[in-house]
Amino acid sequence: MDKAKSMIDKKGASGPFHVNNGQSQRGFHSNGSCCSSNTFGSSTGGSNSSTFENMHHVHRGDDAECNGSPAKRCRLRRRTESLRRSRPPFPWFGMDIGGTLVKLVYFEPVDITAEEEQEEVENLKSIRRYLTSNVAYGKTGVRDVHLELRNLTMCGRTGNLHFIRFPTQAMHHFIQMGRDKNFSSLHTTLCATGGGAYKFENDFRTMADLELLKLDELDCLIRGLLFVDRVSFNGHPEGYYFQNPSDTQSCVKKTCTLDNPFPMLLVNIGSGVSILAVYSENNYKRVTGTSLGGGTFLGLCCLLTGCETFEEALEMASKGDSTNVDKLVKDIYGGDYERFGLQGSAVASSFGHMMSKEKRDSISKEDLARATLVTITNNIGSIARMCAVNEKIERVVFVGNFLRINTVSTKLLAYAMDFWSKGQLRALFLEHEGYFGAVGALMELLKTTEDP
Amino acid sequence: MAEFVRVDSSTSGHTMDKSITLPPDEIFRNLENAKRFAIDIGGSLTKLAYYSTVQHKVAKVRSFDHTTKEATGDNLYEISMQEEVTARLHFIKFENAYIETCLDFVKDHLVNTETKVIKATVDKEDEMTCLIKGCNFVLRNIPHEAFVYAKHADSEFRFQTTQPDIFPYLLVNIGSGVSIVKVESEDKFERIGGSSIGGGTFWGLGALLTKTKRFDELLQLASKGQHTSVDMLVKDIYGGSYGSLGLTGDLIASSFGKSATADKEFSKEDMAKSLLHMISNDIGQLACLYAKLHNLSRVYFGGFFIRGHPGEVQALFLRHEGYLGAIGAFLKGAEEDRSSGLMSVSPEMYPMQRARSGTFDMLEMDRLEGKLVNLPLLQDASSYIPDTVDLTEDAHAREYWLYCFEEALDGVVQRAVASQPDMPEAAERAEKFRQKYRHKLQTLRHQPLVLLFSPSAYGSLTVRSLLDTREHCLNEFNFPDPYSKIKQRENDMALKYYQKAVKCLDELSWEERQYALVRGVLAGNVFDWGAKAVSDVLESDPEFGFEQAKRQLEERPWLVDSYDQWFERLKGPPHKCAMFFVDNSGVDIILGVMPFVRELLSRGTEVVLASNSGPALNDVTNGELQILTESIAAMDPVVQAGLREDRLTLVQSGSSSPCLDLSRLDKVLAMVVRERKTDLVIIEGMGRAIHTNYYAMLSCESLKMAVIKNSWLADRLGGKLFSVVFKYEVPATSQHSAALTPS
Repeated sequence: MDKAKSMIDKKGASGPFHVNNGQSQRGFHSNGSCCSSNTFGSSTGGSNSSTFENMHHVHRGDDAECNGSPAKRCRLRRRTESLRRSRPPFPWFGMDIGGTLVKLVYFEPVDITAEEEQEEVENLKSIRRYLTSNVAYGKTGVRDVHLELRNLTMCGRTGNLHFIRFPTQAMHHFIQMGRDKNFSSLHTTLCATGGGAYKFENDFRTMADLELLKLDELDCLIRGLLFVDRVSFNGHPEGYYFQNPSDTQSCVKKTCTLDNPFPMLLVNIGSGVSILAVYSENNYKRVTGTSLGGGTFLGLCCLLTGCETFEEALEMASKGDSTNVDKLVKDIYGGDYERFGLQGSAVASSFGHMMSKEKRDSISKEDLARATLVTITNNIGSIARMCAVNEKIERVVFVGNFLRINTVSTKLLAYAMDFWSKGQLRALFLEHEGYFGAVGALMELLKTTEDP
Repeated sequence: MAEFVRVDSSTSGHTMDKSITLPPDEIFRNLENAKRFAIDIGGSLTKLAYYSTVQHKVAKVRSFDHTTKEATGDNLYEISMQEEVTARLHFIKFENAYIETCLDFVKDHLVNTETKVIKATVDKEDEMTCLIKGCNFVLRNIPHEAFVYAKHADSEFRFQTTQPDIFPYLLVNIGSGVSIVKVESEDKFERIGGSSIGGGTFWGLGALLTKTKRFDELLQLASKGQHTSVDMLVKDIYGGSYGSLGLTGDLIASSFGKSATADKEFSKEDMAKSLLHMISNDIGQLACLYAKLHNLSRVYFGGFFIRGHPGEVQALFLRHEGYLGAIGAFLKGAEEDRSSGLMSVSPEMYPMQRARSGTFDMLEMDRLEGKLVNLPLLQDASSYIPDTVDLTEDAHAREYWLYCFEEALDGVVQRAVASQPDMPEAAERAEKFRQKYRHKLQTLRHQPLVLLFSPSAYGSLTVRSLLDTREHCLNEFNFPDPYSKIKQRENDMALKYYQKAVKCLDELSWEERQYALVRGVLAGNVFDWGAKAVSDVLESDPEFGFEQAKRQLEERPWLVDSYDQWFERLKGPPHKCAMFFVDNSGVDIILGVMPFVRELLSRGTEVVLASNSGPALNDVTNGELQILTESIAAMDPVVQAGLREDRLTLVQSGSSSPCLDLSRLDKVLAMVVRERKTDLVIIEGMGRAIHTNYYAMLSCESLKMAVIKNSWLADRLGGKLFSVVFKYEVPATSQHSAALTPS
């Protein structure tokens, strides 16, 4: 407990968290590329140290404009020129096709020169306009405007990174749109990860004449996560945790970065759950997983309450009371079960009250939604905690779209980690929850095209 | 008057239908004599335990006093039926909704006002203690209590033999929620974790999703469902497997992942199945994580519905899972209340009955007379499995044997009735027996799914379990020994022929005699009413004689033939002591086995004859064998000297089965084996040497002799009807030392 706490406290005391705001590294790695092998002539080896260095090669766009000696600026320009030649053509996309949602990140360049503007083909322009001027696409596509990373420099270009999601069920519409917009004429590589990259590969090929570059989802997840944490969230830390998670009164959200992120237990809650022990960017293992994930929450909620969307389900859950549905320790023992240190308020049997018809008739849909959410969340917390202890890792990072707009679950996970580990474990969360896989896929695009 | 106290009064579902689907008097049996009660009211189920006594008839044989010539006719001994009282433990489990009805019934039917409630209920401090006590008890005492579930194996369930060394283990107790307990010794245990997703979740969530009220109905639904229509599998996301992680396409990626849609209906069955998978996988996963954390390799699951989880941890399931608490409460109460002296701390019990209905589940256990132990000569007691074929694995064999037992049922019923000519209601009882046993057979035959979904109710399915169940059923309807008269007649007849047979053998050369003795044992073994092919012949042709039987025998080389090795061995020094597990009465024991025994005695080998403690088919019982041996001794000085000098001893096996489980033998037998330094074990007959023990490895020389009296089995073994198995085995180590001696 003390160890984990002191680590963060120390940082808190020493000033701001590690926020990569550019100022401190000005002139150091300005205008770097996300992948430096060609530019700097260094090898593409994936050793820890070089990977770590690469972390600092990406900076906010204003870095490029900051002062420096004329000679230095000249040198930088030359590098930028050479970079440009090996840069992949626009548009830059990264896609993560999950079981329920497709996550799409799109890099919108804002440093387009007049010359470029003229060269830019019409349908590329229309894609850019379509994506950046709308916040909703079709019936189900959504751009998470609040997550947009502005003035980011990637591969020598400055721009905004947009975060878009739509249901996997709409995948065929998306592919059709790719065909209609003659996407294949742009000769871009579409980097995709997630199971759908495999499942829909053939559809992309036959319907839209597009070749996917298929990437491993866990590789992408880790790479994307570390990247976003490094570049920070428009000047603010990407990560956060809850202080005093066991006390509802004084529980507050605090921001933080994943400075010295390793080792970490990474719990990715999508439709299902994967739990990874991550020792470095390239050294990780999948410890376990569970099929009780976000898909289970939504699936059960739809069956139990007739709701149709995640938002609806969460809205109901926020109003419900799970203790009408769950049997607590005190419902069985009249109070605490002292011999085994079980509090009376602990859940003894999820949905246990529902064995009785009277109780079934007396509960609301909101109660059911809440109980479903609490059951799934506690179970994930429990498994994650066991894995953390087994792997001897104190920092548990929860990501995935299940946590989107879901403070009930984030607080519960923080509480569960803290309470059951007696303060030994700390739950951390990241603002871009479910998008890291897609970011990782985009980074792969920028990396691969540089390889000779 | 008995008084019942409840700790957990959360009797959910007062509005639920209170009809009882089985007549209460068939559930709460022997209440008149009930002496002690324990009741364990859990979150959803109530378990009731009581101790009672049952009176049942036993067949006894008594030698006529020949000096007073009271015997009329030619009979050597008389058969009588006596009443015997056995202690029996009853366990009943039912949904909480029936508490009132059940307790009222129990109160109304309690005749014995002395009844004490030894453990009115389990208070919260005691709950876990009771659970562990019960678990330790069943693991030690009930054969095949634990089984391993392997989803993709040929046989999904593999039963474990009882072992004295049970600690440490992880007990995953699945009640409404789940408790995970690390058990280090009889008294030392610790709750190391748990989960709220348990039986109550299955029931509660299941009731909401399917509008099905009852737990058993939910399980029934689940057994018919397809979880793949509700669950999102890896292949639904990937289109195939996720190769780099080794996740197969059929793995569930997201439970209920496909039900997140408004425009599709899902069947109750599919949802119940998906729910069952979700919860059992989750419990399995948590159990594995806890086992890993605490470095435990054995995990026992007790609970409603449980499935294995892949991993390096061996998951073991308990058949009597639901009763652990009640058994433990009962034992604990008995310990605290020693005044009566009725129960020992760890009574030896034998499970007798297990019945299920939609609402009730019951288990009855009878107290055993003596302690049952391993044969000390087993090479590896922990890996010993008595049965040769596991019928849960072998569909063809299962089909045949179930058919065979059903075919033979009419004959068994007839013989049962004939065995009690003076009792007019015998026919009625026999009919009840027929119905009960046939029902059991048909359940196994027509619902192989029963084996899959509740192996707990049946244990392993083997020829032995089918034979033993038949004996139990006969006993239950007061037919303790249907073959008593037939055995008596055959014994009398065979005795008359004994001296002539011995004389014929004595006239042979030594070499010829050894072969003739073996053929005699084998021919004698043809006389067996238990085998259908033979009982047909015997019934149709009473003149079928011993000589005819010898002619019927297969000529050498036999199907399994190590006679030459046996013969070579006989030229060597005599054995110190031979333990002979005998089979049938009549010609078999008197004209086949006794001359063979006589020859061993003449060689200077001590002989111990092990026969059944109680009757089974026409097998000779220890009681009968004592009378027969004395009678032979009167005619034969060799046998007489053997008895007098204590070189011929009779022991009971501890069993009343036509088969033989060498891990559950009377402890006197085991003691004799040790004291006499037994170096030869002879096992005779199909039941003991083929259906069981065919592959049993002993640490001394052994001889397994049997005639295959069943054409299907003969065919399967590659022989024909009346093929001979003569299997003489020498353990590897002594073979080695024998090879060293010449040099």
